[in-house]
Amino acid sequence: MSMDFEQIISILPYDPPFHFVDELLHLDTEGAEGTYTFSEDLDFYRGHFRNQPVTPGVILTECCAQIGLVCLGIFLQQKENPGSIEGRGVAMSSSHMEFYKPVFPGEKVVVRSKKQYFRFGKLKCEVRMYNAKNELVSKGELSGMIKVEKDE
Amino acid sequence: MAHAQRYEQLKALMTPYLPEDVNPDEISPESHFINELNINSAHLVDIILDVEDTFDIRLENEDMDAMQTVKDALEIIDSKLRNQD
Repeated sequence: MSMDFEQIISILPYDPPFHFVDELLHLDTEGAEGTYTFSEDLDFYRGHFRNQPVTPGVILTECCAQIGLVCLGIFLQQKENPGSIEGRGVAMSSSHMEFYKPVFPGEKVVVRSKKQYFRFGKLKCEVRMYNAKNELVSKGELSGMIKVEKDE
Repeated sequence: MAHAQRYEQLKALMTPYLPEDVNPDEISPESHFINELNINSAHLVDIILDVEDTFDIRLENEDMDAMQTVKDALEIIDSKLRNQD
């Protein structure tokens, strides 16, 4: 039994101002695809940069991670352990990203991820982010732990 | 392949995942991967994947749960290899 896309978005452990997934377009055991539009109202534009708002690379990385790594990870974890929604934990363990183009306030991006492996709760993905003109904005590798929490 | 040799191989493949404040000389059979060697859970998975490749064995989730110390890991490697013979 697999979960539908809206269900996965609804159980993501994020809330504004740190929720960077609007819509999942595709999700299977090999990868995820989703979109996010960076609202002009996002608070960090006031300071990054002064009088010249540009989306910070760490935020682009986070957006890639939420769509490409966490949505996919929850989907895969759910396939392995159906029903175990309670106590799920996610943690990014490594990121290596390259940035090619700026993303300005109001821009919509598409993130696509490709699974490299998911074993022992660790998911490693290749991720790519594209802008509305379908230009590659960023790409890289992200890893994280997607686990049912155990008391330690 | 002797047990002692496997211990040296295991130590060698763990070394890149040690944090900077842990000296590879501090590894002993009793060392606890997470509590003593400060290896994080993501790197523990990397070590386990390297163990699979190095010793040509397949490990399961239960094996990972049982691998608390270096000695635990060696025993699991030994038993997997024995079962292959």
